[in-house]
Amino acid sequence: MTTPANWQKYINPVVLGIPPSGIRRFFDLASEMKGVISLGVGEPDCVTPWHIRESCMYSLEKGYTMYTSNHGLLELRVEVARDLAETYGVNYNPNNEILITVGTSEALDLALRTILRPGDEVLIPDPSYVSYAPCAVLAGAEPVYLKTSVENGFQVTAGMVEKAVTPKTKALVLCYPNNPTGATIDRENLLEIAEVVKFHDLIVVSDEIYDRLTYVGEHTCVSSLPGMRDRTILLNGFSKAYAMTGWRVGYAAGNSDFIAAMKKIHQYTILCAPITAQVAAVEALKNGKPGMKKMVEQYNRRRRLVLQAFSEMGLPCFEPRGAFYAFPEISATGLSSEDFAQQLLREEKVAVVPGSAFGGQGEGYIRCSYAASTDDLTEAFKRMSGFLKGRLSRRKVLTVPFGKTEQKNEGIRQVL
Amino acid sequence: MREILELLENDARLTPKQIAVMLDMEESEVARIIKELEEKKVILGYHTFINWDKAGEEKVSALIEVRISPQREVGFDAVAERIYRFPEVKTVRLMSGAYDLVVMIEGRTLKEVANFVSQKLATIEHVLSTSTHFVLKNYKLQGTIIEDGEEDRRLVITP
Repeated sequence: MTTPANWQKYINPVVLGIPPSGIRRFFDLASEMKGVISLGVGEPDCVTPWHIRESCMYSLEKGYTMYTSNHGLLELRVEVARDLAETYGVNYNPNNEILITVGTSEALDLALRTILRPGDEVLIPDPSYVSYAPCAVLAGAEPVYLKTSVENGFQVTAGMVEKAVTPKTKALVLCYPNNPTGATIDRENLLEIAEVVKFHDLIVVSDEIYDRLTYVGEHTCVSSLPGMRDRTILLNGFSKAYAMTGWRVGYAAGNSDFIAAMKKIHQYTILCAPITAQVAAVEALKNGKPGMKKMVEQYNRRRRLVLQAFSEMGLPCFEPRGAFYAFPEISATGLSSEDFAQQLLREEKVAVVPGSAFGGQGEGYIRCSYAASTDDLTEAFKRMSGFLKGRLSRRKVLTVPFGKTEQKNEGIRQVL
Repeated sequence: MREILELLENDARLTPKQIAVMLDMEESEVARIIKELEEKKVILGYHTFINWDKAGEEKVSALIEVRISPQREVGFDAVAERIYRFPEVKTVRLMSGAYDLVVMIEGRTLKEVANFVSQKLATIEHVLSTSTHFVLKNYKLQGTIIEDGEEDRRLVITP
């Protein structure tokens, strides 16, 4: 038999229909250039603390190289349960209510696949992290976007949820502190959302990966709200708080029946998260708090530097209260997010991510990560301010309407 | 105040304005506190941390354990002063344990250091004995790893 020439026809149309991440093209461009200062990185700028790396080496020396239980190491689940109880006062049984996954990403995929059937709808904040909609689409469901904007601090409101709910709506994704906006969500707001969620019998999938990186006020864990523990699949991990992105370890916590269902997919597709990463995560939870607090303090200082810098260069930027991103508005330059980011990269060798990569509502904004050294930040802002000179005076109204790039036929937004 | 000191300890080049923004304070207030800390000698100086090896400079460092007999009234302090006044002496600390002072000295050649120890240090009154250890290699100094090798390896752009 000859090799089929046209592979496209063998690819599931659902997969074909998912547009490639808009970040990718940009990445290729940026990686070819030398001397780029990147504010485009969605991960901490420090490597994993030494005590965590060291504990992992010890485990390798001792021969911890085998599978773990599908649920993950019990020791890690116990630590996760303790951590959640101590931090938010929510109690999960480590035996059957916590599942250790390959990063929070896997937990998200499992949660959506476990909830959603073809034709179901899932509410997703816009702008938000790039994975929610594709995972929903792969599960056969239809993402419905909750358009947040700077006017409401990029927060989802009960009103938005109420308006978007249909009989097909199964779940609401919440993701605060938010990537890319740095927005957090007010407790009052969450309480109202909780009422709507209960009324319409929805499940909340709450991605709280940036919970520890909250600088103003306190993070509210969605499952800690009255009556929400049993309506919430709580997703979290170690990537951001403990600078462990490459280890790929996260978890889901929720109702035991639901976790058992998620575990079914997990055991057949993944089996278990890597034991080495799980051992490291145990060490992070046991002894990583003081280091984590120091790191958060540092981010907060840089956050203030960044806000000051944008205000000096004349870019309006709402105050990010969490994560490590600032989301300044660049529409006054008359450029689209994509053009702005491309020109800034070509002319000044500063990499940022166009807001439109995170949804239609991100158009007119750029995401700047301040997980970078103070020296790099200072130099990047110097270059940006040079770039803006002469561009800010144009004050042209954006010709690209909001939402243009938003919904494609497949029910997934085009990420440029 | 602790936060200002921490920031400056990490990077002495930070301006009062930058510190003020980072800590959400007034610039004038930060400047005033820094001045006060300098006057009180809480801040002892601002130095540049140099890897002289890389600069191609030959330097010899040694750690010397010094046993001394303490004196009435002044204890170890008088002898310590006679040692730390020498400019080639970089660090002097009083230690618990088998010896009393640990002295770090720096010279251009082995011979220079050896001469200093035998002619200047060992001959000081009340110095009972010295034990000299030459430094072969620095791995980490003042919290800084000399050859870190952990440069930023992150991808340029990630979601």
